[in-house]
Amino acid sequence: MSGYLHTAKDQVKGSVPHPYHLVDPSLWPIFGAMSAMTTFAGIIMAAHFHNFILLIIGLLSVATIMFVWWRDVVHESRTPGLHKLITQVGLRYGMALFISSEVMFFVSFFWNYFNYFFFPEKMGTAFAPVWPPQGITSIDPFAIPLFNTMVLLLSGTTITWAHHALLEGDQKNLVRGLGVTILLGLSFLCGQAWEYTHSPFPFYHGGIYASSFFIATGFHGLHVIIGTIFLIVCFFRARAGQFTPSRHFGFEAAAWYWHFVDVVWLFLFVCIYYLGRSAVVAG
Amino acid sequence: MSTTTQDDFHAHSGHEHHQQSFASRWLMSTNHKDIGTLYIVAAFVGAMVGGVLSMIMRLQLMYPHNHIVTSGAEWNAIITAHGLIMIFWFVMPALIGGMGNWFVPLMIGAPDMAFPRLNNMSFWFLVAGFIFVMLGLLLGTGTGAGWTLYPPLDNAQYSPGVATDFSLFSIHLVGISSLLGAINFIATILNMRAPGMTMHKMPLFCWAILVTAFLLVLAIPVLAGAVTMLIMDRNFGTSFFEPSGGGDPVLFQHLFWFFGHPEVYIMILPAFGIISHVVSTFSKKPVFGYLGMAYAMVIIGFVGFVVWAHHMFVSAISTDSRVYFEVATLVIAVPTGIKVFSWIATMWGGSIEFKTPMLWAVGFIFLFVIGGATGVVLANAPLDQELHNDYFLIAHFHYVLSMGAAFAIFAGFYYWIGKMTGHQYPEFWGKVHFWSFFIGVNLTFFPMHFLGLAGMPRRYPDYADAFAGWNYVSSVGALISGASTLVFFYVLYRIFTSKEVLADNYWGEGATTLEWAVPSPAPQHTFLDVPVIR
Repeated sequence: MSGYLHTAKDQVKGSVPHPYHLVDPSLWPIFGAMSAMTTFAGIIMAAHFHNFILLIIGLLSVATIMFVWWRDVVHESRTPGLHKLITQVGLRYGMALFISSEVMFFVSFFWNYFNYFFFPEKMGTAFAPVWPPQGITSIDPFAIPLFNTMVLLLSGTTITWAHHALLEGDQKNLVRGLGVTILLGLSFLCGQAWEYTHSPFPFYHGGIYASSFFIATGFHGLHVIIGTIFLIVCFFRARAGQFTPSRHFGFEAAAWYWHFVDVVWLFLFVCIYYLGRSAVVAG
Repeated sequence: MSTTTQDDFHAHSGHEHHQQSFASRWLMSTNHKDIGTLYIVAAFVGAMVGGVLSMIMRLQLMYPHNHIVTSGAEWNAIITAHGLIMIFWFVMPALIGGMGNWFVPLMIGAPDMAFPRLNNMSFWFLVAGFIFVMLGLLLGTGTGAGWTLYPPLDNAQYSPGVATDFSLFSIHLVGISSLLGAINFIATILNMRAPGMTMHKMPLFCWAILVTAFLLVLAIPVLAGAVTMLIMDRNFGTSFFEPSGGGDPVLFQHLFWFFGHPEVYIMILPAFGIISHVVSTFSKKPVFGYLGMAYAMVIIGFVGFVVWAHHMFVSAISTDSRVYFEVATLVIAVPTGIKVFSWIATMWGGSIEFKTPMLWAVGFIFLFVIGGATGVVLANAPLDQELHNDYFLIAHFHYVLSMGAAFAIFAGFYYWIGKMTGHQYPEFWGKVHFWSFFIGVNLTFFPMHFLGLAGMPRRYPDYADAFAGWNYVSSVGALISGASTLVFFYVLYRIFTSKEVLADNYWGEGATTLEWAVPSPAPQHTFLDVPVIR
């Protein structure tokens, strides 16, 4: 394609040994796909027949596969000569793209929310065209949601504290910063659990307001759980001294993910809790 | 930098001769060529199942008041599965998973994909999804909502069984497969090009896969969100698309088509890439306007994200929306025109050789232009409101898919089969396959334009007697395509029993990309020493 060269070999002037990491055959991919399939079949079984066995087996296998797969990756990254610089760059591309796809996943739930927020007449003629719908008492944005906002913003600073400590080779403060971040993540989840159990509107058959609220905040909560687990893994890896000032992409990926979860929350707080609050709110 | 010669690529062909067990090679693979082969085999299975379903449909519609399909529910299940399988388990795995896996690393001079294990998991998620979509077809009365899965057709009231849930989760599984594959392709193309291969020297097929992968990363998660909301509505008491709870069924259409329109380009951009290489090779000329070709695909990908509601002109969207989406859609004809004119300009003055891949490529250009022209017709909102739910639309999208994407798949297959297997196809039978398929599909789909203009509605297992003539012609065409597939089986038999030994570059002058610098068949590991590009 390039210029007017007429054979493939004309454009090659030499060669150098490849710098990449070629991995050995692995059983985890096929088992991973099969456990995801089992989990989904389990959800169908649970929904239609109230049988949870397949779901439990599926979730346990997914967790197991994730553990053994990433154990392999950590092992390889610590084997000298496998993860050269270009492989580390590749992992960054991978994580950045994964987070981009997660952003688009949340776009669908925000799209759903804004569909009714901006065009409440789309709820149909049976409903007054106002948002939140008549009869909905929303959650007071300045009670637990504001507390949770502060918790997540603070956790954004503590993960940066850990990062700076890591860059300076200060393992003690790295572990401390991570530990505090994990505790903040857990307190966010406690706040959300309290909010869910004391919600003034029901999830089941609660109408479009409850559906939009719970799917957006619920998937965010799930991502906080995932992010916290990611940070816990980093915590133990940090205590084991596996991160160095020059090589710590596992930590960075966790931090990226944590910031992404944080930013999604800010949008949830502003758009759903604050702008979408009712005249009288439940506290 | 060592100053070895190009012949050193051959030196490494000895590496892979250590014995690998069957399970290790095919179930645990971390090799882009083996995984590409698995994808092509899966696409073949998908094409067969989807093809059998289309044969059943055409036999049912051969005569009015036929009873091959015994109920409307059965018919609905068949059209749903045909659409889903042909898109997600034939076209995408053939073009992206199969040929993308095989040839992107070869064309950029990389020894493998960026994340080989992830690559394998993408494949097995595809298989898992296929199991689910088949359960969705076969359990109970099947999934009858159509491939677009619109509520309320697939809500708990109208589709109560488990079949619809299996079909919905099959979308999740195949979506995860595509998403992970797309991330892998982007990381590979951006990070692993051979030294000296700048983006502006990269072969067009790699550009096509790169743009496709970005579309997948941005579009698939939105579909995942929409499907999740559908599953919640069906099973967990939410009201996203349930008017009784204040939900909006049209919202699903927006979310679906925000994915669905980029999906159209996800299926056709890799085809564009293949056609560029085939046309260039058999015209013995570099592609005309290389940069324009690359950026035309980028523009098509970008504009493809802002035209989705042209699929919804009959879904009560506002007049202003219709005006915008009509105009935005017509804009796509410009970059697409750049591509078509550049292919023709590539052939212009070239030393053209009509080998089988070139026949498929020229067939592609011809038929894709017909499908594109009816696309311009349908982009007009007032015309679309007349034609949307009849056979004109069926004719339109089968011209771009059944003849566009499928022709490109065959073009790529005949172009590269020697590189993949080391065995060449029989030229005569390849041409028989092409001409029989060309006649078959045109006979099948061209009369549908007339049927649609005459007002025959789509998605029904029966029709008024007045439509009998063209439906008969169409079904005869389908049977010819079916017979043509038998010719393809014979071609496959001849390929795998061939004793012919192939040169590295068996097409000779004109085939300029790096896969032609390695032996045929390409050894298990290529470019362990990466080439340095001038």
